[in-house]
Amino acid sequence: MTLRLDDVVLTYPDGDRTLTALDHVDLTVAPGEFTAVVGPSGSGKSSLLAVAATLITPASGQVSVAGHDVSGAGQAARTRVRRDHIGIVFQQSNLIASLTALEQLLVMAHISGRPVGEAAVRARELLVAVDLADKEHKRPHQLSGGERQRVNIARALMNEPEVLLVDEPTSALDHRRGEQVVSLLAKLTKDNSLATVMVTHDLATLGMVDTVLTMSDGRLTRDRP
Amino acid sequence: MFVALRDLRFAKGRFALMGAVVLLITLLVTMLSGLTAGLARENISAVSGLPSDHIVFSAAEGPDGAAAKPSFSDSRISERTWREWKEVKGISSVEPLGVTMGRITSGPDADDGTEGPETADAATTAGGPESAGAATSAGDTASTSEAESTSGSRSTSGSRSTAAALFGVEPGGDLARAAGGGSAGAVDTGRIVLSAALAEDSGLTTGAKVRIFGRDLTVAGVGPAASYSHTPVAWMSIGDWQWIARQGDADTVATVLALRGAGDAALAAADRRSGTVTVPLSDAPAAIGSFSSENGSLQLMRGFLFAISALVIGAFFTVWTIQRRGDVAVLKALGASTGYLLRDALAQAVVVLLLGAGVGGALGAGAGALAEDAVPFVLSFATTAVPVAVMILLGAAGAALAIRKITSVDPLTALGASR
Repeated sequence: MTLRLDDVVLTYPDGDRTLTALDHVDLTVAPGEFTAVVGPSGSGKSSLLAVAATLITPASGQVSVAGHDVSGAGQAARTRVRRDHIGIVFQQSNLIASLTALEQLLVMAHISGRPVGEAAVRARELLVAVDLADKEHKRPHQLSGGERQRVNIARALMNEPEVLLVDEPTSALDHRRGEQVVSLLAKLTKDNSLATVMVTHDLATLGMVDTVLTMSDGRLTRDRP
Repeated sequence: MFVALRDLRFAKGRFALMGAVVLLITLLVTMLSGLTAGLARENISAVSGLPSDHIVFSAAEGPDGAAAKPSFSDSRISERTWREWKEVKGISSVEPLGVTMGRITSGPDADDGTEGPETADAATTAGGPESAGAATSAGDTASTSEAESTSGSRSTSGSRSTAAALFGVEPGGDLARAAGGGSAGAVDTGRIVLSAALAEDSGLTTGAKVRIFGRDLTVAGVGPAASYSHTPVAWMSIGDWQWIARQGDADTVATVLALRGAGDAALAAADRRSGTVTVPLSDAPAAIGSFSSENGSLQLMRGFLFAISALVIGAFFTVWTIQRRGDVAVLKALGASTGYLLRDALAQAVVVLLLGAGVGGALGAGAGALAEDAVPFVLSFATTAVPVAVMILLGAAGAALAIRKITSVDPLTALGASR
């Protein structure tokens, strides 16, 4: 499995007591599988995404990304795994204001130490894939919300990750654009054999995913095979 | 530098403002450096240019009884001291050097109002501008139609009087050779050599007759530029100098001794024996009263400007880094290492500093070149490239302190709707 969480427990200090954000969570996502995680606010969805993204180290349990066990890894090793094997699509597009659409993708190559000139070919292919070929020189403030979110998705795929983590991709979009974005994610998951986990509140888009999991009080349950 | 360069391009106004501040501070520092060096040159060049290793001063006591700092104003070398120093083994050259402020009078009616060596008592041995004033009051020709130029040259009806630092050296010695620009025979009894600025100020040329405190002398030539306490130097024989400057103290033969080729141990022993204080030539300018206070003030100003620039740049990049925290969190979440982000941010600061300080330094050098003829200004590597380099280094240090905040940015903040 490309993404695997085994018996993961994540706790936060909360005043005098300890809050359990993830309570013995197990999750496996195979290449080409599009998994959605739903649940009320505060149920632990974002914590699950943060652990899978190696941004937080759990109190216990195993986290494996593309064959790399990151459970006990240090910050530098987790950063490398995140850079080389994980793509993150943020809730807000989180694009860098000073970069054009093309440069938002090229910066990923630069971070990885790859020649930017060679990476430009793949960046343009990705912009074509998300239907933004004519917008490559536009900066974020010159793009619509849906276009920014598609740049966000293309950026997440730039380093050819095996795992794609998506945080509320439709929250800032209207229904039609939200459906278009999730449809695009589903297509890219299949085309690129990605293990995709999408945290969402938008139940209308769940028809396009392979697996729906529900998070409640830090526990993960499977709703539909 | 990927994001750094694009940030520079995107936020042109903010970085241009910062670059302009760096430019103006560098311009100011470069001008101040050139002026400091120029003023120092006019203050000490006659001393710092001596072909010697060490300068021997007579030891003096301060008001509290402790040893006073060496001073050209207070130093008196006696015949006995000179003789003792000539016998010190290992010293290749010991030459007397007399230093006095005075005025050179020239023209058909050349007469400074004093006659004979006894009136030279009014001249003060060595010292700053105040002693020049003392000498002037003794040497002025009473006249109701006199006019003084900015260069210190004063004309009276039929004669011309110019302020000069009178340096007495041994004819034929190394100091005399240096004074004459390599010509050993120029300085001799009854013959003086004018430094270039003095010749220009006074309008005197080789062969001109002048009078200094009643002593008639002939201009033997014009030597290289040399100034002492902001006054151009006239070189004369030590015998003439003694006649002019001896202050009712028949035993005084010179102000200081100039040495060459002696070890520190030999110098210390000779100092103890003769009651003198010997300092390296490089420390001798500090014995010119006006130099220490003037140079200290200017260097303090330079230091403050450097410190201000580091603080201003640090403050700018602190605010800039705080504004970028969101972008930094996103880049960290995407896999950028902290080292990558620090290098990127520091490179951005260095680019701003290079452009601002480079242009500021170039403008400072250009302005200095234009002002060189009007004000004392030294245009050199030390007064242009060095201040620019210090500005860049200190600015980078200030920026480095500011951008270290990048290390504390949590990439987790890029997730969720918190941005």
